Amino acid sequence: MHIFKNTTYDFLRWRWQAIGLSWVIIIAGAVMFATRGIPLGIEFAGGTAVVAQFDQTPSVQQVRTALDQHYPGGGQNTVVQLYGDSSLRQVMIRVSQVGAESGASLSTEAQQVETALRQGGVGNFKIVGTEIVGPAVGRELRTKGLSATVLSLAGILLYIAFRFQLSFAVGAVVASIHDLLITLAFLTFFRYDMSLNVIAAILTITGFSTNDTIVIFDRIRENLRSMRRDALGQVINVSVNQTLGRTVITSGTALLTAIALFFFGGEVLHAFAFTMIVGIVTGTYSSVFIAAAIVSFWKGKAPTRAAAHAPAPASAPAVQQPTRKSKPQRKARAS
Amino acid sequence: MSNLRWKVITVLTVLVVFSAVGVYPIVAARFGVDAPKFLTSKALKLGLDLKGGVHLVLRVQTDDALRLETETESERLREQLVTAKVTVTSVMPVGVSQFKVEGVRPDQDAAFRQAANEVSGNFDRDSGTNGTYTFSMKEIEQKKLREEAVVQARQTIERRVNDLGVSEPSIAQQGSNGDQILVQLPGVTDVNRAKEIIRSTGLLELKIVEQGPSSTRESLLVGGQVPGGMEIVPGVSGFGDTSGATVYYVVRKAAAVTGRDLRSARPSLDENNRPAVSFSLNTEGARKFGKVTGDNVGRELAIILDGRVQSAPRIDSRITSEGRISGSFTQEEVQNLSLILRSGSLPASLTYLEERTIGPSLGADAIRSGIIASVVGLLLVIAFMLVYYRLSGVNAVVALLFNLIILLGLMAYVGAVMTLPGIAGFVLTMGIGVDSNVLIFERIKEELESQRGVRASINAGFARVFLTLLDTHIAALISAAFLFQFGTGPIRGFAVTLSVGLMSNLFTSTFVSKTLFELVLSRRHQVATLSI
Repeated sequence: MHIFKNTTYDFLRWRWQAIGLSWVIIIAGAVMFATRGIPLGIEFAGGTAVVAQFDQTPSVQQVRTALDQHYPGGGQNTVVQLYGDSSLRQVMIRVSQVGAESGASLSTEAQQVETALRQGGVGNFKIVGTEIVGPAVGRELRTKGLSATVLSLAGILLYIAFRFQLSFAVGAVVASIHDLLITLAFLTFFRYDMSLNVIAAILTITGFSTNDTIVIFDRIRENLRSMRRDALGQVINVSVNQTLGRTVITSGTALLTAIALFFFGGEVLHAFAFTMIVGIVTGTYSSVFIAAAIVSFWKGKAPTRAAAHAPAPASAPAVQQPTRKSKPQRKARAS
Repeated sequence: MSNLRWKVITVLTVLVVFSAVGVYPIVAARFGVDAPKFLTSKALKLGLDLKGGVHLVLRVQTDDALRLETETESERLREQLVTAKVTVTSVMPVGVSQFKVEGVRPDQDAAFRQAANEVSGNFDRDSGTNGTYTFSMKEIEQKKLREEAVVQARQTIERRVNDLGVSEPSIAQQGSNGDQILVQLPGVTDVNRAKEIIRSTGLLELKIVEQGPSSTRESLLVGGQVPGGMEIVPGVSGFGDTSGATVYYVVRKAAAVTGRDLRSARPSLDENNRPAVSFSLNTEGARKFGKVTGDNVGRELAIILDGRVQSAPRIDSRITSEGRISGSFTQEEVQNLSLILRSGSLPASLTYLEERTIGPSLGADAIRSGIIASVVGLLLVIAFMLVYYRLSGVNAVVALLFNLIILLGLMAYVGAVMTLPGIAGFVLTMGIGVDSNVLIFERIKEELESQRGVRASINAGFARVFLTLLDTHIAALISAAFLFQFGTGPIRGFAVTLSVGLMSNLFTSTFVSKTLFELVLSRRHQVATLSI
């Protein structure tokens, strides 16, 4: 079996449409973010979450009423949702407050929620899990999460710049940032909480989407050597087409596992798997449409520079290192 | 040929070793088969989110340690001034790391400076205007005290947790200031007890009562002030009184004996058969206690725990090494208190920043869904590879299973902890891992199309793709490294699984898979087609 055999799609022709589509999604995400924000998970926002297992699953409304009547501050700012598989009869209640961050009083809110449920008469239950995060931890994690993402992108940029050329590195990192923004946009559309697991998924995606990009870049580099007479755009198109089968299949297998996680991985991994699915799809798309396009923009400018500096390598070819020499030549070919 | 034989031997050795370390103990435990001790001791550990338990993050209030040092130092200076006959209006702490001396007379200025030089080496003294001096603790000393406080707190918590009998607890320092302590107690269900025991300061002080008890603090003041060298400590009112009203005692500031002089503490009963804690003192403590009790027969001795008088029995005769703390304790309180006293006091108070309790049922659900997702994901990938690459797909599937065995074995060997995100990493490793096989196979197809022979195509396919694989794996490892750096518990599990999976994948997709191809092809002389 062989899909995408000897294809000759002109991917670069579609680059403006592709970039336009990406911008539409990113801007829509930004608007959504500006108006409704992105819901922060308990690790980042701080707060108290209690998971109760009932003998008989109450309705969300029943739990809310119990909180309204017996929880100090009422049930307005609380999140009540069924948790996990319905056969487990579990309900999660999340409130934004925590007890004072002094001594052992952090858990007072959790106790108040429990008391409210007991007094509210929503049936027999036991608390199977609690999660209480004070504001200090949330603050620290927010800065750490951001710096880890930025550093990991910078690390990948440096590595690709070292192994390829700067233009490739820029292409790869722009593609990664693109994937990041698109994924964030989808997270805001679908209102998933930004949690530690989601950040982990996002960081994995930056690694994974660079994966695809590197494979395509590798082929471009190889073809630049063998297709000396062709224009850069042609080389890029041929390279993307040659690796297309591989790009789609590997994303497909990764996607299969992410989908398995989404449907069978349970409550905790739900947002994680969703992020992975979006990330894998957008990562593949950006490798094909965005990364190579960026390289062509970046290098497309190069001929004018190369032309301006043309006399320099010609006047002193003997003193130049061979590797040095190959660069301006390649840029000239690109024109 | 002999080259191939060595490759096969290497592959089989790796398979046997990693199966023994990673897979055998798990299977043995699952089906109740005996496994050698050296293998089971290395079995893959489950994280808190899978096993259930308590995850606590505490902050050590290191200011407490500084405040104590400042108070002690100002007290020493006061005594020094008395000895040197320098009179001042007041010596008192300001904030946590400074104290102020006011009213030094100009004619005694030189004498004051000399006295101050004798003590307070760790404090910087300002130039002093109008007879007022401010002493500030040196930065380096502050840093040292803070670090010591955290380390001591961690060690004390370790002793308490071990005394609680928790198996495989994990206690570590963390946080950007290094003042946080992470405590993980797998399998613990009585969260409140664990929390109370961990954060109790556990400071025991025995002090002679000078006056009291009285129901108000004000009535004990002399001229509106606490008498010199004394302090007022609150406590519960007398025996048998269950009203819980607070009473106040005036006690000597200097403790006769503190928890540091304790040798042991254990639950016992008092003369009315109520729960109490008996303690015995070490030699040094017994000597001091003997002297103080001998000098103060007939007076009352306040037993103060964490700044609260628990009881104030009358000293009937000289006591040396044995004592008893009685009060209105329950049996459980007595158990906890003995444990806390045995483990020593905390150098600073602790506050909780994060608390996470995972009930055993939640953990079991997580394991179940994690395993189902893994199996479904694995089957989907295997089915796809077999349909798309046919016989070569078998090769990829063998490489994939190999990868999983190595992954399990390596994780068990390095003592990594399996968490739910770790299982997710496991599943994703399978999805992303076949990536390498796909890359190689697609390349081989291309080489076959350019009319090369099967052997040449296979060799070229592996050779040309190797550098690409190296690049993609290193880039992914870079992001996994930052993930590890960033993450706490479960996320670290994910980063570890991902990194280990990436590395073992590089081995299986290039070496193992190639060896399999060579092995199959070595049995045939003329190879015209390849099922790929």
